Amino acid sequence: MTAVVETRDLTVRYAGATALDGVDLTVHDHEMVALIGANGAGKSTLVKALSGLLRPDSGTITVDGRLAQVPEGREMFGDLTVDDNLRLGGWRNGRGGRDTTAIYDLLPDLAGIRTRRAGALSGGQQQMVAIGRALMARPDVLVVDELSLGLAPLIVTTLVGHLRALNTGRGLAVLLIEQNARLALDLCDRAYVLEAGRIALHGRAADLARDPRVAAAYLGGHIEVTR
Amino acid sequence: MSDLIGYLVTGLGIGAGFALVASGLVAIYRVTRVVNFAQGAFAVLAAMLTASLLGAGVPHGLAELGGVTLGALTGLLVGAVAVGRPGTSPGTSLIVTLGLGVLAYAVEIVIWGDQPRSYPGVPGVAELAGARLQAHYLLIIAVTVPVFALMAWFFTRTDPGRALSACASNRYAAQVVGIDVRRMGLLAFTLGGALGGLAGVLTTPVQQVTFDSDVALIVNGFAAAVLGGLTRPVVALAGGLLLGVAQTLAAGYGGGAYQVEVALVLMLTVMIVQAARTGPVAETAR
Ligand SMILES: Nc1ncnc2c1ncn2[C@@H]1O[C@H](COP(=O)(O)OP(=O)(O)OP(=O)(O)O)[C@@H](O)[C@H]1O
Ligand SMILES: [Mg+2]
Repeated sequence: MTAVVETRDLTVRYAGATALDGVDLTVHDHEMVALIGANGAGKSTLVKALSGLLRPDSGTITVDGRLAQVPEGREMFGDLTVDDNLRLGGWRNGRGGRDTTAIYDLLPDLAGIRTRRAGALSGGQQQMVAIGRALMARPDVLVVDELSLGLAPLIVTTLVGHLRALNTGRGLAVLLIEQNARLALDLCDRAYVLEAGRIALHGRAADLARDPRVAAAYLGGHIEVTR
Repeated sequence: MSDLIGYLVTGLGIGAGFALVASGLVAIYRVTRVVNFAQGAFAVLAAMLTASLLGAGVPHGLAELGGVTLGALTGLLVGAVAVGRPGTSPGTSLIVTLGLGVLAYAVEIVIWGDQPRSYPGVPGVAELAGARLQAHYLLIIAVTVPVFALMAWFFTRTDPGRALSACASNRYAAQVVGIDVRRMGLLAFTLGGALGGLAGVLTTPVQQVTFDSDVALIVNGFAAAVLGGLTRPVVALAGGLLLGVAQTLAAGYGGGAYQVEVALVLMLTVMIVQAARTGPVAETAR
């Protein structure tokens, strides 16, 4: 197992406030990793640092291959069509890498809305576009910042199905940031818990799901006692 | 009746010039959020160079192309100074463009002097449904319409155009997909420079140019652009044409030269109405 993403002692500060403080995090090939944490813990800051949109104050980030992100809030090009949103996802690939047909095979729901304005879509459709747009970059690792936030359960199930298929079918590594900790821990192999910019816990997702500290803070206080 | 048609077509010709200036402002504002006060200078510089080139025996077409190219290069230069440094706020950039516009006066006076210049355009008088008007107005319209069609195609059907539209639509998302928004800002300034240059080159045969002609152009161009919140090229086109026609009608039937006043009243009305509805212009444009 080789690491596609590895941060060492990663620290990011905003004008005084420390948002990430010595974060060590690894995502291996073919792996699904969850990152959970309360509001303001620093999750989106980590996403921005991994994507190169924020420069770390110290520490290192190593990405082996291509990383693409589904940003928090979906961040559509609202005035543009679905197809143009997808196409721009392949911007870094150059002209030859901007053909969108493969995305409609992967995410057939998008085919019917390809000429619609992205700004006029439902939240679930926009999240699908955001995933498709990220896939256009032909990533080795996909970072999803808040998959389910504000979406109906049915569409979340669909989106989760797509992520799982991409992971098992194409070996796409996934770093999933998710408010719904139970969903994230069910879906992923390993997980990290971020608290106030530090990694408080990490390990196998199944183990963390049973950890009373995780249960108390992130799973609604219920410890699911088995037997 | 024939008077009216004459005024209308003349107004459309003048308005097309305003629309080109306006669309340059819009092209730049959408991508960079900077109101470019040097926009009129692109037109003046382009017109002055074209006059010199024609004077030196360069044929029509080539001379105008030279003028538009100078407009584009000046646009790039203004962009580099105004938005080239990362982290410059749009407010700071606006002041920079204002300063560069004034600097352009000095350059123009040193090179071309302070006397008005012009050059012949399409010669002769055209007859249109009984109305007689300078044939050159028809050329202005005949060039402007395809230019707007070309822009619509560029912004929606080409990847650089889509990338510019993407920066206008969601700057953060543009960065997420790897678009260099600073470079796109420079591209927008270059495009704005070319459009401003084209306006100057096209209108100079019917309206001679002096170093300070940029004031009337920027006032009219801004008035047209602000109709669409500085972000909608099609509205800027309509606004420019409307303004041109309104001014020609005012001058034709009202007598006197109230051209700039018409633009100012329209602009202030639009801005006050928009401000009352949704806050300052910068906000409505989001
Ligand atoms: N641009 C910024 N300038 C200053 N502080 C910021 C900035 N962005 C985020 N912060 C602060 O950094 C901390 C981490 O923010 P971040 O957005 O990374 O958290 P998060 O875990 O993604 O939260 P959420 O669950 O609300 O999305 C917060 O305290 C936040 O207020
Ligand atoms: Mg966040």
